[in-house]
Amino acid sequence: MRACLQAFLTPLFAAALLLFADTPAAAQDANADARRRMVREIAEMAAETAVETGRPRLDARVMAAMGQVPRHRFVQPGDVGQAYANRPLPIGHGQTISQPYIVALMTDLLALKPGDKVLEIGTGSGYQAAILAYLGAQTHSIEIIPALAEQGRKNLADAGYRQVRLRTADGYYGWPEAAPFDAIIVTAAASHVPPPLVQQLKPGGRMVIPVGTAFLTQHLLLVQKQADGGVITRQILPVRFVPLTGGPKGG
Amino acid sequence: MRGEAGWLRDTRPPYLAVGLLSGAALAYEVLLTRLFAIIQWHHFAYMMISVAMLGWGAAGTLVASLRAPLQRHFRLAFTASATLFGLSAVACFLLTQAIAFNPLAAVWDPRQFLRLGLVYLCLLIPFMTAAVALCLAFSRFGGDAPRLYGADILGAGVGALGVIALLMALPPMHALLAVAAVGLAAAATAYGLRQRPAWGLLAAAAVLALAPADWVQLRPLAYKDLTQTLRIMGTRVAAERSGPLGSITVVESPGVPFRHAPGLSLAAAREPPVQLGLYIDGDGPMPVVRYTGDPEPLAYLDGLTWALPYHLLDRPRVLVLGAGGGEAVLQALYHRARSVDAVEVNPQLVNLVEGPLADFSGRPYSRPGVRVHIAEARAFVAGSRGRYDLIQLALVDAFGASAAGLTALAESYLYTVEALGVYLDRLAPGGILAITRWIDLPPRDLVKLAATAIAALEGRGVADPGAHLALIRSWKTGTLLVSNAPLTPAQIERLRAFCRERAFDVAWYPGMPAEEANRYNQLAQPYFYEALRALLGPQRQDFVARYKYRITPATDDRPFHFHFFRWQSLPEWLRLRERGGVSLMEWGYPVLVATLIQAAVIGVALILLPLVLAGKRLPRRGRGTVLGYFALLGLAFMFVEIAFIQRFMLFLGHPLYAVAAVLAGFLIFAGLGSRLAGRLAWDARRIVTAAALTIAGVALAYLMLLPQVFHALAGLPDAGRVAVSLLLIAPLALAMGMPFPLGLKRLADEAPAFIPWAWGINACASVVAAVLATLLAMHLGFTAVVVLAGLGYLLAAALFRLRR
Repeated sequence: MRACLQAFLTPLFAAALLLFADTPAAAQDANADARRRMVREIAEMAAETAVETGRPRLDARVMAAMGQVPRHRFVQPGDVGQAYANRPLPIGHGQTISQPYIVALMTDLLALKPGDKVLEIGTGSGYQAAILAYLGAQTHSIEIIPALAEQGRKNLADAGYRQVRLRTADGYYGWPEAAPFDAIIVTAAASHVPPPLVQQLKPGGRMVIPVGTAFLTQHLLLVQKQADGGVITRQILPVRFVPLTGGPKGG
Repeated sequence: MRGEAGWLRDTRPPYLAVGLLSGAALAYEVLLTRLFAIIQWHHFAYMMISVAMLGWGAAGTLVASLRAPLQRHFRLAFTASATLFGLSAVACFLLTQAIAFNPLAAVWDPRQFLRLGLVYLCLLIPFMTAAVALCLAFSRFGGDAPRLYGADILGAGVGALGVIALLMALPPMHALLAVAAVGLAAAATAYGLRQRPAWGLLAAAAVLALAPADWVQLRPLAYKDLTQTLRIMGTRVAAERSGPLGSITVVESPGVPFRHAPGLSLAAAREPPVQLGLYIDGDGPMPVVRYTGDPEPLAYLDGLTWALPYHLLDRPRVLVLGAGGGEAVLQALYHRARSVDAVEVNPQLVNLVEGPLADFSGRPYSRPGVRVHIAEARAFVAGSRGRYDLIQLALVDAFGASAAGLTALAESYLYTVEALGVYLDRLAPGGILAITRWIDLPPRDLVKLAATAIAALEGRGVADPGAHLALIRSWKTGTLLVSNAPLTPAQIERLRAFCRERAFDVAWYPGMPAEEANRYNQLAQPYFYEALRALLGPQRQDFVARYKYRITPATDDRPFHFHFFRWQSLPEWLRLRERGGVSLMEWGYPVLVATLIQAAVIGVALILLPLVLAGKRLPRRGRGTVLGYFALLGLAFMFVEIAFIQRFMLFLGHPLYAVAAVLAGFLIFAGLGSRLAGRLAWDARRIVTAAALTIAGVALAYLMLLPQVFHALAGLPDAGRVAVSLLLIAPLALAMGMPFPLGLKRLADEAPAFIPWAWGINACASVVAAVLATLLAMHLGFTAVVVLAGLGYLLAAALFRLRR
């Protein structure tokens, strides 16, 4: 009787074990596939956008980061299925993370080298910080909403990006102890470029700020600090939209 | 017992109940726009309410299909419907809040459309239940249609005024409960106040009206500016005011101070002083700057693009339009303006800044040399006799709404060719008009504004408008200067120095070399300079025709400055949507078109449905005539009403009081017209013909005469202008009140089964007409809308003369 039961149960156990072991792996694969598709999409879009951004293709390392960082760990549980769709997603508290294409473009515009010191204003769910950390940047990130800061901290820790330094504070004054920075990325709305942030940027450094509202990035503002300390800004449409006067001559 | 049954068969029409219910339903509609503006954004409110209003048509369908049983139990059915209106008015709004449709995500997330559908269904219920009761009354007492319609529409007129009064006295959620209470009171009146169940209804109404403040709460979307701000640590609401013009929330944030200084120069060394954030319907912030009388902390104001005119003029006399929290007044004080006249439409804003916030704000409106005027900007300028060296219009609407391109369907009389002309007329010789707007990419707002300024200058006989213009920009804001004299070389030198010191870009000044454009804030191309050069050159028309956005200047007849949409560009926008191009699209116009299509499809379905459901009971003969007559009346009535609300708004100034006075005027006089029509001894055909001729004649005459009349009387005090307006509306509205009830009365005599169907047709047509009128005005202008309405009335009268 007992043996019989055992004989009956063993395959069941094995099946169950297999099932449990299999699920994460399968999900991992599915996510990896989705990520690959997402990266392909971003690459195609970037090629088409080249005229406006002045960059024929995005930095291969940025694309590698987009292909490796698990975005599904940085979205809300209900949106995991949408994590690799090329669209912005809500992360709670009235905040969103940008669509992957915009994240890639903004990261690319920072022109990072490994070891660069980067400041992020607006940690959010932590996805952008994870991308920066993956690229080997010494990443500092500030979040103003306490609950979101906690969520970002947890997401980054769970995904293994413990090296990101986090702070819950007002981003306007930057992170003076860690300044100057090679790059600054502002992922929150700003009515003007905070003077303290310009001061904390190294000569030759770059700052990127998206302009728009939730779910809608209008354009990107790139602030470049010249070697002599002078500042030049560029406004970049994330799409190819020239010439403005269409018609036959425009093509 | 037998007595009660006899009473239940009572045959007197419930005039009072009809009036109360009609008033409550209209008030509910107005309230919903208010409530949705707070929890969402008003453009979507427009869409949702337009569709929900089809509940009116659905009621016609329902009554047409169930006419016999409903009529047999008229009093019960009326009471039950009105009761349901009262209850669902509150319940359904709370449900829509819970559904939490997020229009911002709709571009990305198709599931949002399911939610939108649910919102429609929810809101349909209160409108439909109210309308079932009203339609039943017409169906049951068709012979009394003129008096009944009189009560109906008079009630609506009183409701239009009443809801404004309610919103002045109560917060919007409380006002909602009060309106629901009126619905229950209508039910009680219909049942008969001597009956016990009526007491129960009245008691329920009293409970609703006196419910505690926090019994029901508004739940704004998480993506509203205010909701987002309140998530930030240390923020707290310092003051709140609510009124018919909007709910104001003042937020204090000691931990993370507000530093609203859009487009502040990158060369600015210092940050703005402490501010409070002012939110209107949850959108903002508009800053209230801490001011002690010491000008030094205000230095940041000189680092904004709209400080420019102060560098070209010496201690000007300033007129600030849209003064809001007082920042533009501080700008003037900082630059030692000789005098400041500040115009603000919302008295609550000024009262807040001067009263509860006085210690913080330093009472900018009470400083020596400053005068504040509570008025709408355009009307104030039109009625003013003053002369100014500088008229300043700086960022009067919030960034969020214009960024999403959703304001397209909102008319604005601030930025039309005529408006700019009126501003120029008020300038002293050498005076400057300075308008500051948000930068959008690709540029449209400022380009269209420049085109408007050029048209206004040319309209005033200026041969070389380019000599009168200058345009500068930061990355966030652009300021357009329009001078009524050519800019002098000295002024141009100061303009260039101003921009150089602040790293602002010059986009136009007379004689500007091309290489000076696009230096500090580099765009892919010098879009703004190229646009100005094209607009001022011989190729203007070609440029405007080929530009990817609509940049034809807005006029008073087509006052849609924010309408930038062009069909030609749609395929490209849609293709680029996911490629980061979602902001290229201008969403307001397509949303309006979608609303029209939805309303038209549902409306037609509702009209056809009774033919299927109650086909046998409806006579075959005369269907086409009934359909044509009542649809034309629905369309034409709304066209006239909407077009003239627009005209009178310009004259009356205040948007809200204008709408209330004109709407109430139309409804009340139409109600009187309806009663008059019932008493006239003439043949109904003669009355309808005479009415149609009167409407067409008066409306066309007004088109030609009103501009002159308004111009001549612009200086009258408010009460005088309201009286003149009502006097002008009276003949038009009296005539407009006649054709509809006479049509119903005739049906009551000849084919009573048609009444609910006819009523429903009229309702559906009115809903479609409201959306259609806006769309037509965008394309053809309000003049065309009025002409079409006149034709509609004439055609309807011709149909009425046909023998069935």
